[in-house]
Amino acid sequence: MIPTVFLISVVTFAIIQLPPGDYLDTLAAELNDSGGLDEGTMQALRDQYGLGQPMYVQYIKWMSQIVLHGDFGISFEKNVPVNDLIWDRLAWTFGISLMTLLFIWMTALPIGIYSAVRKYSFGDYVATFFGFVGLAVPNFLLALVMMYLAFKYFGQSVGGLVSPQYLEQPWTWDKFIDLLAHIWMPIVVVGTSGAAALIRIMRANLLDELYRPYVVTARAKGMSEFQLLLKYPVRVALNPFISTIGWILPTLVSGEIIVAVVMNLPTTGPLLLRALLVQDMYLAGSLILLVSILTVFGTLISDLLLAWIDPRIRYQ
Amino acid sequence: MTVETVSQPVENAEERAPQLLGPWALMWRKFKRHRVAYASLWVTGLIYFMALFGDFLAPEQIDETNRRGIFVPPQGIHFFVTEKDGSSRFLLHAKSLKMQVDSATMRRSYVERPDKVIPLGFFVKGYPYKILELIPADTHFFGPVAEKDVVYFLGSDRLGRDILSRIIIGTKVSMSIGLVGIAVSLVIGVSLGGLSGYYGGWVDTLIQRLVEFLRSIPTIPLWMGLAAAIPLGWPPLRTYFVVTLIVSMIGWTSLAREVRGKFLSLRNEDFIVAARLDGLTDWEIIRKHMVPSFSSHIIASLTLAVPLMILAETSLSFLGIGLQPPIVSWGTLLKEAQNIRTIIEAPWLLIAPGSMIIVAVLALNFLGDGLRDAADPHAH
Repeated sequence: MIPTVFLISVVTFAIIQLPPGDYLDTLAAELNDSGGLDEGTMQALRDQYGLGQPMYVQYIKWMSQIVLHGDFGISFEKNVPVNDLIWDRLAWTFGISLMTLLFIWMTALPIGIYSAVRKYSFGDYVATFFGFVGLAVPNFLLALVMMYLAFKYFGQSVGGLVSPQYLEQPWTWDKFIDLLAHIWMPIVVVGTSGAAALIRIMRANLLDELYRPYVVTARAKGMSEFQLLLKYPVRVALNPFISTIGWILPTLVSGEIIVAVVMNLPTTGPLLLRALLVQDMYLAGSLILLVSILTVFGTLISDLLLAWIDPRIRYQ
Repeated sequence: MTVETVSQPVENAEERAPQLLGPWALMWRKFKRHRVAYASLWVTGLIYFMALFGDFLAPEQIDETNRRGIFVPPQGIHFFVTEKDGSSRFLLHAKSLKMQVDSATMRRSYVERPDKVIPLGFFVKGYPYKILELIPADTHFFGPVAEKDVVYFLGSDRLGRDILSRIIIGTKVSMSIGLVGIAVSLVIGVSLGGLSGYYGGWVDTLIQRLVEFLRSIPTIPLWMGLAAAIPLGWPPLRTYFVVTLIVSMIGWTSLAREVRGKFLSLRNEDFIVAARLDGLTDWEIIRKHMVPSFSSHIIASLTLAVPLMILAETSLSFLGIGLQPPIVSWGTLLKEAQNIRTIIEAPWLLIAPGSMIIVAVLALNFLGDGLRDAADPHAH
């Protein structure tokens, strides 16, 4: 856990350093047009970030600012502290990712069970087909298609999480309803490929269990089929379901970022892309760092959850 | 051998000793029974054929702009023309279009010109190119018979360039990124996975931690960071290779895991122990005995990694931080359809390259699935 976080910070720092020139060069070039920056301020900034000093010094200065003071540096493009920009957007990114996870579970569980119990039925083939297509369609393409369909056939305003007239409004019941009318689209788009994968996993796991002797025994004792199904094989098959959070969360966050760019959602995606394109590296670095670390935390929580649910893992 | 065996009646011998199939032949047999995978093999082959002979298949030059052909909708192929005397005659043709601009709304629309058709044909003369970069040629598989005519089978973009030709030419870049990417993943994955599984101990722990690390972080922001650092002024070829390298960062982790698992299970098999006791070096054992016994699994998981890389390249190029516009790939083509206004005006910009990506990725996925099942010919 600690080594992972450390590695993430090193990789992020390397990314920040990749573009030629440093932060102050850009800042100086920017401010030269508008009157320039006095030498004192330049020197203070240079000291704060350790610019011009060896890499490891810069890294330590950058990290200690973050860890000790919670200071992520300044976004030079907008000229405000990174802290003011990112937290809302991070909350939305992870909010949408978690809602997508719920959506995936809610769809993959019943469909996976149905597919396994009614193996090779028409419904199973439909589910399998959609599973494969869901894996093959890139997120952003699905987003574009959905936006096109929504615009053409429902006349819905596309892009953003709320209708334009609610943008600067305080939260009201109407705005919340409007949010619900918009937010399902990114959730479905981001969740499709994950749901497709989980349906296949659920189906395979359940098929392994369905023909076990204990199921036959329970059936012979006269248990109703539905009760039997939910009480034994599904419970056993559910186990890998939870452990998949570990790999599904990173892909969800990735997917959310790219879909947010297409749909213009107020999440980290557009901000990160913009920051990278104009090489606003402290902003970009902070976003990459935080998104990665929060994802790793999410995975850790899922591991703990798994240990809590499954005693076999706890006692290992 | 002995004379008796040879002199036996031929029919009898065939009955008694059924043909012994090698492992590859068994796999091929099992693979062919998987009908979807077998069909996907053909589709994949066709796509790679398209990548190799793109210029031959493309009807128009990809960077030829046309001010009178902006956002032309896809033109259909028609089979019969009506002569002046009322009889109809077979002729492959497309309708000639005329642009009309509604001056009030400034909207373009195209109407068919009744007086003129564009005859189409196979093996027609077109722009000059080189087959496989070697042999000069100017014959194209299908297109308008007269060289000056332009037909947009899948529509045109904002500069009047032919989408079909651009998709065909883009195949080369998009599909080869997958191939070059897996070559890189193969080297990293097999060597790290092999080291990890064969030696175990702290090497294993270290490599497994690295794999876990790469799998636990969201890839898109990381790639975006790396890809955005590519200077815009770089020559296209170098950008292409760096993007390929970035994209291949994902492929190797699953391969390394697979190889490690195989190494762990094989390490204590009798034939490996025997080889070791015979005094073979580690390298010889790995190369002669271990790798052949799981190469089919490697091929299967490599095939499954190709679509992931194609999707990764497409996503990055779509965001505008992967390959840049002079390079034509499916991702850069989709970039043209980035905003909803363009899509509403010209849906074919989204539909045509989009379906191409979906077909390629689906075919490769089915192919990989079939190969994975066939890799173990004795399992049921």
